Amino acid sequence: MQFHLPLLSMLIWLPLIGAVLVLMTGSDKHANLARWIAVIVAILSLLLCVPLYLGFDPTTYLMQYREDYLWIDSYKIHYSLGIDGISLVMIILTNFTGLLVILAGIEATKLRVAQYMATFLTMQAMIVGVFASMDAILFYVFWEGMLIPMYLNIGMWGSANREYASIKFFLYTFLGSILMLVGLLYLAQQSGSFDIQSFYRLPLTLHEQKLLFFAFLLAFAVKVPMWPVHTWLPDAHTEAPAGGSVVLAALMLKLGVYGFLRFNMPILPVACQELAWLMIILSLIAIVYIGLIAIVQTDMKKLIAYSSISHMGIATLGCFMVYDIVQDTHQLQSAYMSLEGAVIQMVSHAFGSGAMFLGVGWLADRYANHSRLIKSYGGVANTMPVFAAFFMLFALSNVGLPGTAGFVGEFMVIVSAMRAHFWIALIAGSTLILGASYTLWMYKRVFFGPVTNDQVASFKDLNWIEVTNYLLLSAGVFWLGLNPEPVIRVLQVTLGHLLVQSMPYGLAMNLPKDFSYFA
Amino acid sequence: MDLITITYMIIALPLLGAVVAGIFGKVIGRTATHRVVISLIAVSFALSCYLFYVMVLLNYPTITTVLYTWAHAGTIQMDVSFLIDKLSAVMACIVTFISFMVYVYTIGYMADDPGYQRFFSYISLFTFSMLVLVLADNFLLLFFGWEGVGLVSYLLIGFWFKRDTATLGSLKAFIVNRVGDLGFLLGIALILTDFGSLQYQAVFAEAPKLLNSLWVFPGGASMTTVTLTCLLLFIGAMGKSAQVPLHVWLPESMEGPTPISALIHAATMVTAGIYMVTRLSPIFEYSPAALSVILVIGATTCFFMGLLAVTQFDIKRVIAYSTLSQLGYMAVALGVSAYDAAIFHLVTHAFFKALLFLAAGSVIIALHHEQDMRKMGGLARYLPVTYFTFLIGSLALSALPPFAGFYSKDVIIEATRLSTLPGAGYAYFCVQAGAFFTALYTFRALFLTFHTEERFDPALQGKIHESPWVVLLPLLALAVPSVIVGALLIGPMLFSTPRLLGDSVFILPQHDVIKQLGADYHGVLAMAFEAMNGLTFWLVIAGVAAAWIFNVGFTGWTATLKQRFSWLYAILVHKYGFDEFNQAVLVKGTRETGEALYTVSDLKVIDGICVNGSGEAVRWFARVSRHLQTGYLYHYTLVMVLGLMCFLVWYVR
Repeated sequence: MQFHLPLLSMLIWLPLIGAVLVLMTGSDKHANLARWIAVIVAILSLLLCVPLYLGFDPTTYLMQYREDYLWIDSYKIHYSLGIDGISLVMIILTNFTGLLVILAGIEATKLRVAQYMATFLTMQAMIVGVFASMDAILFYVFWEGMLIPMYLNIGMWGSANREYASIKFFLYTFLGSILMLVGLLYLAQQSGSFDIQSFYRLPLTLHEQKLLFFAFLLAFAVKVPMWPVHTWLPDAHTEAPAGGSVVLAALMLKLGVYGFLRFNMPILPVACQELAWLMIILSLIAIVYIGLIAIVQTDMKKLIAYSSISHMGIATLGCFMVYDIVQDTHQLQSAYMSLEGAVIQMVSHAFGSGAMFLGVGWLADRYANHSRLIKSYGGVANTMPVFAAFFMLFALSNVGLPGTAGFVGEFMVIVSAMRAHFWIALIAGSTLILGASYTLWMYKRVFFGPVTNDQVASFKDLNWIEVTNYLLLSAGVFWLGLNPEPVIRVLQVTLGHLLVQSMPYGLAMNLPKDFSYFA
Repeated sequence: MDLITITYMIIALPLLGAVVAGIFGKVIGRTATHRVVISLIAVSFALSCYLFYVMVLLNYPTITTVLYTWAHAGTIQMDVSFLIDKLSAVMACIVTFISFMVYVYTIGYMADDPGYQRFFSYISLFTFSMLVLVLADNFLLLFFGWEGVGLVSYLLIGFWFKRDTATLGSLKAFIVNRVGDLGFLLGIALILTDFGSLQYQAVFAEAPKLLNSLWVFPGGASMTTVTLTCLLLFIGAMGKSAQVPLHVWLPESMEGPTPISALIHAATMVTAGIYMVTRLSPIFEYSPAALSVILVIGATTCFFMGLLAVTQFDIKRVIAYSTLSQLGYMAVALGVSAYDAAIFHLVTHAFFKALLFLAAGSVIIALHHEQDMRKMGGLARYLPVTYFTFLIGSLALSALPPFAGFYSKDVIIEATRLSTLPGAGYAYFCVQAGAFFTALYTFRALFLTFHTEERFDPALQGKIHESPWVVLLPLLALAVPSVIVGALLIGPMLFSTPRLLGDSVFILPQHDVIKQLGADYHGVLAMAFEAMNGLTFWLVIAGVAAAWIFNVGFTGWTATLKQRFSWLYAILVHKYGFDEFNQAVLVKGTRETGEALYTVSDLKVIDGICVNGSGEAVRWFARVSRHLQTGYLYHYTLVMVLGLMCFLVWYVR
């Protein structure tokens, strides 16, 4: 570790300080100043990710960029940071998305600009904090801390029904997290420390594991969201401003899966193995049931929201299928792709759905009454050809076309599913058809056909900020789709280690203890 | 330049063309766009020919090359890697040649279209994807190309996106293909599960081991893993190569501009399934059950889809149904393990079917975008070159000796006769009857379009003239191989040892029907003459005669026949009801299920009862318990006293 710059702290505190600075500009009189500060802070944060990525050692599973300070002495709570491969990928994604939403906010927001920008910078800091925390309480603080700016964001800049949506969002997620806090406290009591890694070695009985599993499950399942605790998402998405939707889809949903990977699987391996069937069924329900619901949506944002839930089903499936695969094949190797696919699905989904939410936001901005209904549009490709071309790319990524980001995770998980069971693969594979149906049918109704009304006829094509935004996202979509290897490189050892950790002793007995062959 | 660089260039040049046309097309203008794109494809074609020369004529051994590692998962490595062998060289030549011709033709056909550059960008992207498909060295890249051509097909069917029929057709094509792709993907998953690799050679080497494992389904049914794998893969082929019942998208694809009907929906993309099965013959050979299924499905497509063409009036749809039928022939060839014959028919078909489509397109432009044959007639006088080339295409399609289609189709029919697989008898009937109907619908189209009395819009009188040279040149260039390629290739492709495709194709000795046929083969001319002793030839003649009788000679008979067999006519006009079934059951069923799940389960139960219900419950509890806090001191005192008494009773007891 030659790096002595506290990069992780910088990534957390830079946007927070930025948020304070932005807020100090005050009213909308200095809106432009607020915009510039926010953009500069976001760019700086993203630039900080470059040394973070380059300095990361992909050959070890140990936490890197460690920072550890005593925070609350009496309870031995630490300000303890560190990242592994999964966190690294998610942190880079967070900063990337942060820049996108702030860029998107430059034009879209006219009222209370400074406050709007500040909510996003704060969210970014909190989310990076979640991914970097190694202390349970610190994790929890960031976890809950991010709800506040999101709540404000939806509640203040959202559309007509925003109050219902923001309260629903807050209560749903908060209620979920409370049980997680109980679980964390119990674990800390057992291990005598709040260090998350100290939880991994705890000898817990099956009964304890199951109780804890459900405590964590509720918190994380709400975030993913998994059926049947998913109904906050369509409301939150539809009412949130475009940027808020992007953060929700691209980042907040990922926290749930991240939680499964960080807590449930390595801490509670036996319960995970016992209850994997439940998680698989819930994931498959998400894929099929939610996919069917997405087809009949009339509101574009709702449609993409449901499509998000369906896509996250692939990610959770990838996580929990590993137990079945290892059981069937007696090889840890063969489960690897499933987990890898789950993580990549998280990243790719951020690009695809993030871009689509942005696009729908731009469309609604151009429409006089900000309609999000599919039937208000038609023939947009005539007046906005550049936008139509970009949107097609992201729609295709959503459909999972090879060469785009959306394909990689979907492919890996569905292909792995065959090792678990034929029927799981078949049902999960239905997303190929369902995804194409809802995405392209919406595309057809919104973009194709003759111009349907004067509103659409008056649309102007994307401006340069919007184009920049979409160029960044397209780069992401193509890069991950055509060459996912750089992402896999940093994930490899971490996931290998995680896989070994997540196997219950009985299952793992016949397996090679050494996971260096993942390197 | 070594072969690997050449291969990369063959693939990359069309991609470059697509990028240039797509991004800079508007800047550099129309003429520059088509010049760039066409010169790139010309170079790509020339290089493909060189590849063919080296691989096939000089008999170079197979080459594989890795461009980069796409991803790896544990020990599984997935590369972007290419395979250069005889089969891929042949396919590359066909793809680039037809592409080249169609690009040139496009200059004339799309001359007035505002989306000129976009069109060139798409078709160039198509050629790229198709080349990736045929040159891929593993299942992953094959799937990339597979989905890539599907995407471009989608984009091109919906090219005129203002037309609702076009965009609906494109959506249908994409989704039906996705059904096939699901099977294909599951097949790939099964292969990865069983072999731990996606690379062709690694998989082929171990294919026989699949014979030993069984898949047992709930209910006790079981099949060997190799059969399951093959069936799943073939579902993919059924989507792309439009076999019953996944054929429904192909007629709709005719909504796209004619050049792409020729390139994508006749000559190249739709044959991807045929190519795939041939490429994977080392797996399919081990599953007679799967081959039998392929045989029966191919035969069904061949006969029943050919029958439909007889009732169509849209000239493009007639040719589209004929394509379905011909793809059926190819699938039959695959089913009887005559892979070389399948590829042979693929090659000849690519030439004469592209020719027919492009000639039809020439008619369509001459009539200012009229496609209904009831509004044509007598055009031979106005469009002599088009007529001449269409005639050649028709003769080749009808399989009259010595035209190209004769050799390839006759071999398939004979091979089917020799096959011993279950279903071979049915297939033999279908391919024989198919020969009659092929001649019937082809010449019906020819007569209705070019002969008979003039029925076109009187306003067009005097305005109909032959198409420009950019249109006619490709027609002539395709007409030549439509005549000679059959006679030229049949010897080397089928009856020489080793065959032209060499070890690209794997056939178990007991399945090798072509070898049996070889005993009776005495050269090209002999084959043409001997045909007259066979049933097939006379069926074809009868088909042509019937076409003449019903459309030229005794048109009154047509009406009588329609009346007599009105039930049959109704079935044919409704195309056996596939579309109605899909619409009423699958599409409507899916939407209504979705609607029910959304309104009942999501909105009423989960959100209404559980979520808002718990909110309501809290409010109700607060409303009720609010009454406890009255604010009156004497209420509180009363409760205190009561409480005290309760405690007293409790403890004193």
